[in-house]
Amino acid sequence: MTFVKIDKKQWAQGLATLQKSYRLFGPSKEKDYYNYKALDVGEQPDFGFSNTRLSPKAILFPQSETIIEFSLDENAADHHIMKSIETDSSPRAILGIRPCDAKAVRLVNLNFDTPEYQDPYWVKALDATTFVGLACDDPKSTCFCTSTGCGPYNEEGLDLLLIEEDAQYLAKVLTDKGRAFAEAAGWNTATDGEADIDARKATAEAKITASVSMENLKNQDLMDLHGASFWEDIAFACINCGTCTFTCPTCWCFDLQDEVHGKTGKRMKNWDSCMFPLFTLHTTGHNPRGTKTQRLRQRFMHKLKYFVDKYDTGIMCVGCGRCVSQCPVNIDIRRVCDLMNNYKTDEAACTVQD
Amino acid sequence: MSEYNDKIREISQRLLKECQVDMVIGFRKGSMPMMNEPCFIKNAKDAAQLVWDSNCGINLANYLTNRTEKIGIIAKGCDSRNIVTHIIENKISREQLVIIGVPCQGMIDKHKTTSMFAGDIQDVTEDGGKIKITVNGQVNELDKADVLQKNCAVCTHRNPVIYDEMVADPVEEQNVDRYEDVRQIEAMNPEEKWNYFEELLSPCIRCYACKNACPLCYCPTCFVDESKPQWVGKGQDPTDVRTFHFLRAFHCGGRCTDCGACERACPVGINMRVFTKKLEKDSFEQFGWEAGLTLDERPPLDTYRPDDPDEFIK
Amino acid sequence: MLNPYLPYPVRIDDIEIATEDKSLKTFKFVFLNPGDEEKFAYNAGQFAELSVPGVGEIPIGIASSPVEKGFVKFTVFRAGVVTSHLHNMKVGDIMGLRGPLGNWYPWDLLEGKNILIVGGGFAFTTLRSSIIYMLDPENRSRFGNIDVVYGARTPGMLLYKDELVAWEKRDDINMHLTIDAPADGWEYNVGFTPPVTEQKAPQGDDATYAIVCGPPIMIKFTLPVLEKLGYAHDHIIMSLENRMKCGFGMCGRCGIGKELVCKDGPVFTLDQINKTPKEY
Repeated sequence: MTFVKIDKKQWAQGLATLQKSYRLFGPSKEKDYYNYKALDVGEQPDFGFSNTRLSPKAILFPQSETIIEFSLDENAADHHIMKSIETDSSPRAILGIRPCDAKAVRLVNLNFDTPEYQDPYWVKALDATTFVGLACDDPKSTCFCTSTGCGPYNEEGLDLLLIEEDAQYLAKVLTDKGRAFAEAAGWNTATDGEADIDARKATAEAKITASVSMENLKNQDLMDLHGASFWEDIAFACINCGTCTFTCPTCWCFDLQDEVHGKTGKRMKNWDSCMFPLFTLHTTGHNPRGTKTQRLRQRFMHKLKYFVDKYDTGIMCVGCGRCVSQCPVNIDIRRVCDLMNNYKTDEAACTVQD
Repeated sequence: MSEYNDKIREISQRLLKECQVDMVIGFRKGSMPMMNEPCFIKNAKDAAQLVWDSNCGINLANYLTNRTEKIGIIAKGCDSRNIVTHIIENKISREQLVIIGVPCQGMIDKHKTTSMFAGDIQDVTEDGGKIKITVNGQVNELDKADVLQKNCAVCTHRNPVIYDEMVADPVEEQNVDRYEDVRQIEAMNPEEKWNYFEELLSPCIRCYACKNACPLCYCPTCFVDESKPQWVGKGQDPTDVRTFHFLRAFHCGGRCTDCGACERACPVGINMRVFTKKLEKDSFEQFGWEAGLTLDERPPLDTYRPDDPDEFIK
Repeated sequence: MLNPYLPYPVRIDDIEIATEDKSLKTFKFVFLNPGDEEKFAYNAGQFAELSVPGVGEIPIGIASSPVEKGFVKFTVFRAGVVTSHLHNMKVGDIMGLRGPLGNWYPWDLLEGKNILIVGGGFAFTTLRSSIIYMLDPENRSRFGNIDVVYGARTPGMLLYKDELVAWEKRDDINMHLTIDAPADGWEYNVGFTPPVTEQKAPQGDDATYAIVCGPPIMIKFTLPVLEKLGYAHDHIIMSLENRMKCGFGMCGRCGIGKELVCKDGPVFTLDQINKTPKEY
């Protein structure tokens, strides 16, 4: 059973059944854009979206997540002893995650699940999640996933891939998790869909006209790129907000913060951004990335060079286009990636080297 | 708009060639519809990159803070008022600037326009009062008035208030009621207000695009970044999110020109202008003050006068 | 699955004022739970996050030595929010300790080699850990000559003075203590660390490594001295500092190029550092 046919008439019933054993997340229209949200009982995901304004990363990596709690009450036996919070690891599924966002989860996983250390909150959330992808037949002009090693029908990171047809969804079962999910929903009408999917995939891929070039990035000298002359020009418009990093499905940087209410306290993981000066500020007042040019350079160098060198799995970008369309001042990663890829070292050195 | 472009390029080229300025700050064509990118031009030959249309909503005064060069700057009405504020607040000196004034007829609301169409917008062009929007190969024609940024629709200072060169003849100023939206909120009871603001700020992701797009927000260390001690919680607690927005707004009281850069920059469509507009309305009603109109007077909230009619200050 | 965010609970067993201006204190911690000390097994050169519930965490080099059992020690400069709070804590207070974190001085590589240690001011903590480690009877024969240049503004600003005096008297370690200006009763060198290094340190060669820790200004003037003495860049070992939060390579802020100071460092050779952006 590689392909399952889901009659749209059975869709709502299947989801209702699933909600007995899964927490379901799906796209939903908020005001004038879409975002992922936890679906209420009986609530349907709204698949009338191209992509969501924010990525679904918050489902696995919340913007603010309490991880540790403690009591400061000296009368309590365990005062000042920090205890891990048991985060909810019950099964959950993200319905209608786009292939680009699913691949992004695999990239973020490289950071949170390493041979030496594992972030238990991320790992538990990831284990608990079934990724039900929705193939992307109407990509946007800002999409460039086909040139980042992804694509509108890319299966990496997905447990199921849904392809929407007129009266039904065709579901490609990709993992045991996906199989269990389909079975739990009662979706068991096997069908043959390979030929169909190939044609649709080719059509969708052909619609993506934007691209980045990355073939030289690996061989570019790190220090040469770091000292390249174009950073000042790119950074001029940058206002150093966190829009690009917070909307990005692959940005994983975070802060740890303690908060105390009365005698109880908690430690949280909060999203952080390399765009913010406080991210790197030393206690002495020294800031190794004290200018906006240095911070902007860090973002692009991390995504398009350091990550490439470190993991050898391509760039830390899936081509979802969110930063391209959301940047208030139109700093376009596609342009920056091409500049970095095509950089020749004989150009003048950057004046912001230090 | 092409005559604007020609004139902007001609002036910029001349200023650079004659070494009257070290750089011209303006816009270059963006990589996607309804977006132009702020840029600086240092060589006369590059002046041809400069563009002007209804997608220049970023407030360029934001790029003047603490600069030391001699600068030519393209300024629409609101930009010019923020340049005035920058000069008053010693963020740049008048002598450093050659202000290239652009009479403005309003900017296109990118968020609103995007949300008007289900498909992907491929191209947006304009011709006088008409905007042509291409979606999935289909051209839709709209009146510009229907897609104007909200702040532009109620703008009463479309012409630069300070300039050295003008790109075109002044446009007619609008005679509009600026504060209808504020009065609607003022009329709410406390519970309605609470709910309104709660919902207004609920999508906030604290990316700080609003404050960073704002030319008034130039503090070397913003209060949200104060860490010794820390002033505001860093998480998504609604109290911290509100604290950020309220403090930011109050810091702009009597200084805000309602340029709309904050709302335009917000990735999640929050109209935080309702806060700054309320303060703007209060400044106007209580002090007869509109920010950035004159170099000769400081904003009311950083001024002290011995003859202040209020008792509390004495 | 181990939770790298979760500190071991520790009790402050002793607090000692470490310098005459009281800006540094040495905290001695004991683990509350049996078995945690073994889990905290560390090498000289590593650091840990001192974790004060409700206040935050601060990465500090471990000043005690792997050969010292039953406690861990940290000498902390009062500078920011967490360290200021720590300075006001009392013996008996409970807090957390997270680690050990980062890499360490390359002890395997250093075996059989002569070691030059150059330290300045309060950056002597992991150097103390290293010296105690090397001088341990079990270990001393594994290393060649040991030279230590350590400078501070005044005699009262030198850390671990009792130990420094004791080491001065030994013949299996060459101490070169120095202070910035002459002081009553001071019988050692006078002058800044770099020139004293130039006068006293052994020549660099294949079999000699330098470990350098100190304030940026000292590093800046010491590196040319070491180069002059013949130390190759891959024989000069340094420990970097950056703002850190997680300490195990995930939160992203301490990166210098593709290296993370917390996980891939803090110990790097000058050769490695020269190949990374100067973002520390």
